[in-house]
Amino acid sequence: MQFFVFVCAALMILLGAVGVIVRKHPVHAALSLVLTLFGVAVSFVSQEAHFLAAVQVIVYAGAIVVLFLFVIMLLGVDRVENLRTEPLTAQRPLAIITCLGLVGVLVAAIVNGNGVLNERGEGINLPDLQNGPDANTVQLAESIFSRYVVAFEVTSVLLVIAVVGTVLLTRKRQVKTSVK
Amino acid sequence: MIALDPLLEGDLLWVPLLIVLVKVLIVFVVGLLATMLMVWFERKAIAGMQNRIGPNKTGPFGILQTLADGIKLFFKEDLFPSRADRFVFALAPFLSFVPAFLAFAIIPLGGDFRGGSSGEVTLFGQVTRIQLADPPIGVLFALAISSIAVYGIMLAGWSSGSKYPLLGSVRASAQMVSYEAALGLSLACVLLLAGTLSTSGIVAAQSTITDWHVVSTGIVPFIIFLIAATAELNRPPFDLVEAEQELVGGFNTEYSSIRFALFYLAEFMNTVTMSALIVTLFFGGPQPIAIGSFVLDIPLLPNALEGTVWLLAKILVFLYMYIWFRATLPRLRYDQLMDLGWKLLIPAALGWFMLLAAQRLARQNGWNIIVVTAGSIAVLVICYLLMQAAFAKSARDRSTQGTMF
Repeated sequence: MQFFVFVCAALMILLGAVGVIVRKHPVHAALSLVLTLFGVAVSFVSQEAHFLAAVQVIVYAGAIVVLFLFVIMLLGVDRVENLRTEPLTAQRPLAIITCLGLVGVLVAAIVNGNGVLNERGEGINLPDLQNGPDANTVQLAESIFSRYVVAFEVTSVLLVIAVVGTVLLTRKRQVKTSVK
Repeated sequence: MIALDPLLEGDLLWVPLLIVLVKVLIVFVVGLLATMLMVWFERKAIAGMQNRIGPNKTGPFGILQTLADGIKLFFKEDLFPSRADRFVFALAPFLSFVPAFLAFAIIPLGGDFRGGSSGEVTLFGQVTRIQLADPPIGVLFALAISSIAVYGIMLAGWSSGSKYPLLGSVRASAQMVSYEAALGLSLACVLLLAGTLSTSGIVAAQSTITDWHVVSTGIVPFIIFLIAATAELNRPPFDLVEAEQELVGGFNTEYSSIRFALFYLAEFMNTVTMSALIVTLFFGGPQPIAIGSFVLDIPLLPNALEGTVWLLAKILVFLYMYIWFRATLPRLRYDQLMDLGWKLLIPAALGWFMLLAAQRLARQNGWNIIVVTAGSIAVLVICYLLMQAAFAKSARDRSTQGTMF
């Protein structure tokens, strides 16, 4: 059963990932991305990480890709792009080199971490909630809001900085044009 | 693997599997029937409010009108606009219709939850719930499903290859994504008190009327949830998606035949599901009305079935309320909609959540609850003043420098 679910999820992820690259239409590519995200959610469920699966669907599939689509539709870039013209000439050879490098790094990481990957983690280890439906969520919350609270807060500050930075950058350009 | 149902624990056998299949069938059929009746109920009630008669020819009181309309739509021509993206155009109605039915799976449709009972019933020697699925993530499933439903509307508008549907769907997706935040935050207040995500757990936590979350969370989260849910459903007064005066028919202008019927069905099914969700979260779902130790019991009916009767009665109240909204409230302007969502509902839900969390912490640690509440309110007031100052500043900037986009 687990194997069957894994194969289905892996197929979804891979098909989606290939679709993102191969489909020429930005909207179709974004939809392929949704397929990949769903595949990841399915594999989370099969690993009993229900909360992560829900968050994956709510945040990634439900908000982020919707925003992608929103921008694609709003900016009117939802046309098939012409792939013959190249804005940067060195782009394609560079992309191939980076791609090969990335594959190399990933393979090296997997080979190196072989021992760790085969070990079992601690899993859910709250004795009083062992069989409760919320054990998963409780444990996740405890590690986020007590052990890793600083990292968590710093990440949120980072996001706020990104938002403020974006607003600032777009405003500056506007002021310049209005002065002219 | 997944404890969706007490039935599925242990080895998979034929009897549990059959019970689950029957439950799936019943939920699907009940969903379709509920939608059909809801369409009729809405038309009839609105007609009454507007001094008309409404459907009255097909069947007794016109109750079969929806069925007749559905059959008619089946036989209409199925049009593909020439500029449409065929695959996405065909996919979109299903992305709208399927989530509408999926969300219904997690609603406890009956069962005996009195006095902390678990709501489990025994059918043919098997322990189960009167609920299709009880996943560990519970209500988060409903949120996830409603965020998928955005795709149906968004892609329908885009793939039509026509400008009014596109405008409608861009509006819809912005609206639904914005109000989802308020929806989630007011939901968090309920989860904070119930201490569990599972819907049956939430229902079990509301045995008397003072335990109903509408009372125990203070009424504010309920009001925010109701408004955000209405916006999420794209129902009046938040139906900017299909503002007829501006957008012809909105996102589904180019759709005809059975594809249009699917959108229509999904809209009403979502209304029923959302009412059921509100009842489950805030009004005790299948719990009877109980004040203290007095329980308003329906005689002669087993407690588990009585739950279904109570649930139906409570859902009907909310369905009527949605119709009432539609008949009486004018549609919001787009900027008013966004202001209401971002500047009022989200801050209010967040503030109320913090207040409840502080009270809960005080109760756990044995602090003086009045002092903690007063302190929290003072902090909230300061936050509110800061926010108002920020709004005033940006309004001033806008009037002196013009809008910055």
